[in-house]
Amino acid sequence: MRLRLTTDMIRDDMLDRVETLSGQKLMACYQCGRCSAGCPVVDEMDIVPSEVIRLLQLGQLDEVLASKTIWTCASCLQCASRCPKGVEFSNICDALRAIALRARLSEPRVDADEVTPVMVTDAPQMGVVGALRKLNG
Amino acid sequence: MKIPYYPGCTLHERARDFDVSAKECAKALGVELEELPIWTCCGAVYPLVTDSVMDVLAGVRNLSYASRLGDKVVTLCSFCYNVLKRSNNVMRGNKDKRDKANLFLRADTEARERIPSYTHEDYEGQVEVLHYIEMLRDVVGYDRVAEAVTKKLEGLKVAPYYGCMLLRPAKEMKFDDPEQPTIFEEFLEALGCDVVDFPMKTECCGGFQVVKDEDLAASCSQNVVVSAVKRDADVIVTTCPLCRYNLDRHQDKMAEEVKGFRKLPVIYFTQLLGIALGVDKEHLDFSDNTVDPRPVLAEKSLI
Repeated sequence: MRLRLTTDMIRDDMLDRVETLSGQKLMACYQCGRCSAGCPVVDEMDIVPSEVIRLLQLGQLDEVLASKTIWTCASCLQCASRCPKGVEFSNICDALRAIALRARLSEPRVDADEVTPVMVTDAPQMGVVGALRKLNG
Repeated sequence: MKIPYYPGCTLHERARDFDVSAKECAKALGVELEELPIWTCCGAVYPLVTDSVMDVLAGVRNLSYASRLGDKVVTLCSFCYNVLKRSNNVMRGNKDKRDKANLFLRADTEARERIPSYTHEDYEGQVEVLHYIEMLRDVVGYDRVAEAVTKKLEGLKVAPYYGCMLLRPAKEMKFDDPEQPTIFEEFLEALGCDVVDFPMKTECCGGFQVVKDEDLAASCSQNVVVSAVKRDADVIVTTCPLCRYNLDRHQDKMAEEVKGFRKLPVIYFTQLLGIALGVDKEHLDFSDNTVDPRPVLAEKSLI
């Protein structure tokens, strides 16, 4: 079966939302893979950063929102720093987290009751504050 | 010389060793870090989504307080530096967000009680956000730092670890080259150290992810520490309490997993500076380090 894909068929309000919230142009990515190659936490991801962008280019937002990847990103901005097209994947990731958390498509990822006492008393405050803001919205 | 100083939450709690050593070093160099009379947590992470005003407000509020004390504010924690600097860029370049943020600042009655010079004036990004190491380079001058050194750290092989937040995004932070920074190396040379270059100096330690997934942060940190071990460093220095924590706390696990691993102490750059400037050792506290730096420092006759 021949399938003809056009951006009109793929684009919807939610993809516009990802672009607006992240400030990034999804179609600017030409899949060179530098973001995935430089990502320090890529081993823990189920879909690598460049694949996330490809899936979004093809309109597969649900698959991306259900991925482990968006909760694994540590916002180190290495991907954004190295992208030859100036696409900041870290910002796309933050936008995807925001969409999932604001629409309650996802539970908060850090259960305050489950953060170990050692972590609360031993870890720097900035780590706990950062995790709660990034992963719980 | 007095310079307004924003410590941030971690420096008043878990990273007192960083705060105290930095203040004492500044004093030895003729600078008084004047802590803001009122401040709050900056929020720790800068929001990467475009629609957030609330998330930059904490940073903006602190900048506004600083603007009543001077035209600069110095900070030490890499996360604070990143949040303050980027929030400041918002106030300089985004009129819509600036106007909204200023509406909140006008309602800030507590500040007006605590800071006598606090008025209704809007904040427009006029303060310059400096990292402490930029202050050393640009306000004090590395040549003056070198002159003030009473104990040259000769023979100590130091690996400078930058991490992420000082450097990226480079176009906003304008701190140094994001791949090959040198500001730290030049500082260490002024102290007489043997600087160790290592490929992982700008890699992420795992950051805040340690709270959700300790193994993830341990594995990121392992890449960094092992890289410095392979380059034969004696010690790693950092500017970030979270990097210090991640790199330092997971070394037992690294020792189990990596053949030939050698534990490497991780200390703040101000603690090393303190040793070089002859700061009283009661202000140089290493008791929070899991990997104790004192044996290697003693071996080099530095403490």
